Amino acid sequence: MTLAASRDGYGNGLMGLVHDEKVIVLEADLGKSTKSQMFRQAHPERTFSLGISEQNMMLVGAGLASCGYKPFASTFAIFTQRGFEQIRNGIARPNLPVHICGSHGGIHTGTDGSSAQSIADLAIYRSLPNMTVMHPCDDLSAEALTIKLANYDSPSYTRTARNKTPRIYDSDSAASLQIGKGFVLRNGKDVAIIACGVMVAKALTAADKLAGSGIEATVIDMHTIKPLDEELISRLADECGCFVTAEDHSIIGGLGGAVAEYLSATTPLPLERIGVKDHYGESGEGEELLTKYGMSSDDIISASQRAIERK
Amino acid sequence: MASLVEDNPSNSDSSDMLIETARRCRREIVKMTHRAAAGHPGGSLSAIDILTALYCRRLNIDPQNPDDPERDRFIMSKGHASPGMYAILHESGFISEEDLTSFRKLGGVCQGHVDMKWTPGVDFSAGSLGMGLSFGIGCALAARLDGSDRTTFVMLGDGELQEGQVWEAAIAAVHHEIGNLKVFVDRNRIQNDDFVDKQMRIFDVAAKWDGFGWAVREIDGHDMDEILSAIQWLDSITDGPAVVIAHTVKGKGVSFMENNPKFHGAAPNDEQLAQALEELA
Ligand SMILES: Cc1ncc(C[n+]2csc(CCOP(=O)(O)OP(=O)(O)O)c2C)c(N)n1
Repeated sequence: MTLAASRDGYGNGLMGLVHDEKVIVLEADLGKSTKSQMFRQAHPERTFSLGISEQNMMLVGAGLASCGYKPFASTFAIFTQRGFEQIRNGIARPNLPVHICGSHGGIHTGTDGSSAQSIADLAIYRSLPNMTVMHPCDDLSAEALTIKLANYDSPSYTRTARNKTPRIYDSDSAASLQIGKGFVLRNGKDVAIIACGVMVAKALTAADKLAGSGIEATVIDMHTIKPLDEELISRLADECGCFVTAEDHSIIGGLGGAVAEYLSATTPLPLERIGVKDHYGESGEGEELLTKYGMSSDDIISASQRAIERK
Repeated sequence: MASLVEDNPSNSDSSDMLIETARRCRREIVKMTHRAAAGHPGGSLSAIDILTALYCRRLNIDPQNPDDPERDRFIMSKGHASPGMYAILHESGFISEEDLTSFRKLGGVCQGHVDMKWTPGVDFSAGSLGMGLSFGIGCALAARLDGSDRTTFVMLGDGELQEGQVWEAAIAAVHHEIGNLKVFVDRNRIQNDDFVDKQMRIFDVAAKWDGFGWAVREIDGHDMDEILSAIQWLDSITDGPAVVIAHTVKGKGVSFMENNPKFHGAAPNDEQLAQALEELA
């Protein structure tokens, strides 16, 4: 098993875009952390440091995009939100293709503590018209999806994680990923576990253990939260009849919220949401925090059993 | 480097003609806000002389090709001054007289605040103060990356300078030596609720920009010759960003609107319109 962090995939993705002269990298003094510095080292002339000024960075990106460039702006997920209204009014509203990457998403970020653990970003950005919202689960998928963004004519928010978790994809499967299409990692008829980010590996572990007790779970990497792959969810509604969502994010408004909205409007079916239950995190190792806050693979197992019982 | 385009006949108005154009724009500003029974006449009237000079004598733009990538950019950061923008865009041939009547109307070309998605000739979707200078930096960097000599002009309000983002952008423009970025501050001393000095004093605006490393000049923002020479001065600065602090009168040209915080965001009624049009005849 290879361990990797999705933020490395963002850096590699930018490196995969060096041939595109319209790609510009914007930094807010966290390029070492978000991994945009990989691009800076190769192309300092196309990388602009904007200092610790996230609001300014968002609108500089909008200006560049209005003139035909493809800016990729990154900082910690939590600090992108300093510029939320800038993103809303300056980027999403005029539909300018600025690609924002928020690294260090979720409580898995760990020992920095709650100030650095963004737990509402997926919900916030999902609420904006024109925005695509993604949260890849490993480095290879983050790289592939970042590269795909360069051909997007609308803005996006991609959340990456700080810490290493098991690599899920190989280079072929990652290359087949499509923005807006969930990826089926495992097929089973009893329950559909829809996960994103660091929780995808947890979901796979849970599915393995469930199989030991005769429960077959489908596991989806829902790397794109918006647009949500409704077609896939409809199919799973027919095939599995109940759902578990798993995300390192508030259970309000993120992946779980999106799936709940869709199901309740189409085919109301049992849904259990694993995520941060409306509170802030604290310092600790990422894995310790997931366990403490009810987001371990064992928690996914019990949620699956509950969902099946509710069928 | 761009300079005032003297050889283009449409750009060769004498300053008397510019004053006349600005007068027509002022009439449209009061008519537009009266018709909509809403909008922001005060900050439109304070800015219109500068807008007239820029649009008629400096900006390299073409109403037949409003999206030309090589055009100069004008970023109206105080987007509530939309009546002023629509008036000058009409004078410049970007929008029709009928478009002016759509101001603030459902489906109208002329949205409440200037919007690049709705109005030909508008380069920035404004309405939220404090963002335009940052956007202008993006446009200016793009021109530099393109190897183009097109220029980006930005207009800011003086109340708007209370937004922290303006100063984030001010630092960035100097750090990146953005010499193709030119700014006008409409120093009319009034913001939404009241006089700037009552809401939150900003003291010596020129000294602040100077302290951030900008080239600074102060002018009377209603003296057409001073405005034209300020534009020339802005164009002469190429090694970094430059700003003109234009001392203006909010509501300029309409006696009862002048220096009156009430007419920041209030439209004239029928009687007031009649008086305004008489004064602007
Ligand atoms: C971020 C933000 N806060 C508040 C407002 C509401 N608002 C609209 S105009 C205005 C006053 C602007 O004053 P100034 O920048 O001096 O403009 P001017 O006097 O030239 O019209 C305010 C507070 C806004 N548009 N954006």
